[in-house]
Amino acid sequence: MAVGESQLGSDTESAVDEGDVEARVGWRYTLAQIKQDTTARWGLYVVAFVITVATYAIVDSNLSLLTFGRLPDYAFAQALPIFDHPTRIPPPGEGTQHMPPYFPLAEQSWNPLPAGGTIEHPLGTDHTGRDYFTRIVYGTQVSVFVGIVSTFIGLSIGTIIGAVAGYYGGKTDDILMRVVEMIYSIPPLILIIVFTVFVGGTSIWYAVIGVGITFVPIFARIIRSRVLSIREMDYIEAARASGVKDRNIIMRHVVPNSFAPVLVYATLQIGVTILVVAGLSFLGYGAQPPTPDWGQMLNISHGYMHSNLWLSIWPGLAIMITIMGFNLLGDGLQDALDPRIDD
Amino acid sequence: MSSEPLLRVENLKTQFFTETGTVRAVDGISFEVREGEIVGLVGESGAGKSVASMSLLRLVENPGEIVAGEITYKGETIFGLEEGPDGELQERDDMLSNEEIRTRIRGNEIAVIFQDPMESLNPVFTVGGQLREFIELNRGLSKDEAKTEAIDMLREVGIPDPEERYEEYPHQFSGGMRQRVLIAMALACEPSLIIADEPTTALDVTVEGQILDLVDDLQDKYGTSFIWVTHDMGVVAEICDRVNVMYLGEIVEQAPVDELFYDTKHPYTNALLNSIPRPDRTVTELEAIEGVMPEAINPPSGCRFHPRCPDAREVCKRVHPEAKTVADADGEAHRAACVKHDAFDAGYEDSSMLEGAVGSTEREPESELAVNPAGDDSGGEGRE
Repeated sequence: MAVGESQLGSDTESAVDEGDVEARVGWRYTLAQIKQDTTARWGLYVVAFVITVATYAIVDSNLSLLTFGRLPDYAFAQALPIFDHPTRIPPPGEGTQHMPPYFPLAEQSWNPLPAGGTIEHPLGTDHTGRDYFTRIVYGTQVSVFVGIVSTFIGLSIGTIIGAVAGYYGGKTDDILMRVVEMIYSIPPLILIIVFTVFVGGTSIWYAVIGVGITFVPIFARIIRSRVLSIREMDYIEAARASGVKDRNIIMRHVVPNSFAPVLVYATLQIGVTILVVAGLSFLGYGAQPPTPDWGQMLNISHGYMHSNLWLSIWPGLAIMITIMGFNLLGDGLQDALDPRIDD
Repeated sequence: MSSEPLLRVENLKTQFFTETGTVRAVDGISFEVREGEIVGLVGESGAGKSVASMSLLRLVENPGEIVAGEITYKGETIFGLEEGPDGELQERDDMLSNEEIRTRIRGNEIAVIFQDPMESLNPVFTVGGQLREFIELNRGLSKDEAKTEAIDMLREVGIPDPEERYEEYPHQFSGGMRQRVLIAMALACEPSLIIADEPTTALDVTVEGQILDLVDDLQDKYGTSFIWVTHDMGVVAEICDRVNVMYLGEIVEQAPVDELFYDTKHPYTNALLNSIPRPDRTVTELEAIEGVMPEAINPPSGCRFHPRCPDAREVCKRVHPEAKTVADADGEAHRAACVKHDAFDAGYEDSSMLEGAVGSTEREPESELAVNPAGDDSGGEGRE
């Protein structure tokens, strides 16, 4: 009796397990899974926050709501002349608070140091007197959208190439994958710099496209390896036997079933992209002044590190938190989408 | 009975050009399917059954290719070759184009039910959505009409609460239920011919029985013809009207189902029948067929079955037997390809027994596992 019972018990248990494994599809399940996972949940919060801030900066370009109307819009002001230049016209609302009291203007005429935090300028101002908080918030916009857009470019081109190569195989596969490997063999930073120079000039959008192109090979390879196993499934054969077009088979059957690992990778990749674009801006190939960008802010502030370390710390912190958010979310997504990992 | 058959296959050859050589998976088979009948295609794993059935839809994948033969469906040429002006074989002008095959034949005229119901439905879409899309695509109905039709089809194949089940995903269905969905999908466009590629192999016997009953009922109702690919002689006896027995890419025996079971003419069919338990016979031990089927890349000389044939004689090594009408059952030809029935020409009677032919395997036993790991599960049939 006891044996019978235990067998019965184990049977129902395994049946439940199987059901669980098979129920691991769909958005609702994935989201629920992420919410259960503490680190992934924090990742989700950070990403949601950063995206909200970035979107907010577009809607309310003076950030009046965020700062209770205290901050004037300096973010996109023209590159201003040196602080105490005789012809400089101070922007409205600019006070004297950001003038460091311990460096009298007369003595430090060439290089006035930005001040520490006040109520008007919570993070102080940079070397040209622009509010640092505003610039960090605007920097979110550039970094996050650049990260998402260039990852998306890499993802879509890579998915199409990988799916087509994997599905058709043979010569198509050979040609497409050799081209992709050629791109892969060039060091990414050099590829991006050459690309931006080649298409004519430094602009954030060329950098975005360039970064996207460097990610194509990775995505193409991930999706191709998945497609190679998916295309042997009976439902693909069944679709072909019922007269579905190849294009529809790829879009409706092959891609949706091979997408999970790519999605995870893309989330992790957004963090990497932000870092790469920050690096590019640091080198001067990304966002161009006066557009605020964290990498470019780091670039400028490293000259003032001895005077005011915070100018380097704030953008660095912003980059770190954002990337950590995307990485945590990516890890959580990986666990949630992998049916083998059981919590 | 002698009217033009629905499907006629003549001397079909499908080969795979691999690096190690040409695999002659299907080597000159001829059979026909008439309207409203179920034709069995029986044989061990690797006999070429599935390749043959996929060839009918021109769905042979690279590096495979149909190299010879003619497939005629309802008077239209699905595949045909002719000699071109330069003496090379070329595709005939009346052969349907790839586009026509895809839009008119596949799904609409000839549908396929696959072996594994667990893998034949796309896991990321609902069952109803897939069925609806299929109907929408092939019958040109609007979305709502197709949905109504899909629910009707689900009800037709015996799925309870079809409106609710319509919204569910494949993983929420049991194996038998999924196979019913696949049957619904195959029947949805009312094709004239359904190729069932071992549709009940993955199901347990009680569900298998239900599915066979369902197919029987639906076949009566719609008058659809079936090509039933299987290795299960029990299923053949249950459902088929006529049977083609395949061995190593060739059809070795062709007969109406009763005739095949009660007046077996080919030693291979005989051996197959002896290797399964039968209620009408009491034996202490089942006679498995010795050895494994050689690979089609380098088939044995003469009769391809001779290394494993209990009746093999020296002549079998030399002479390749042609299929001959060996008996006549109510106007139906019973054909078998064995030199035994060719006694006068080939000199089978005078030929000496073959030394050590029986049981001399050409391959290591492991190779069978590689070919068909599932084969061992079907314990009821002995060696399949």
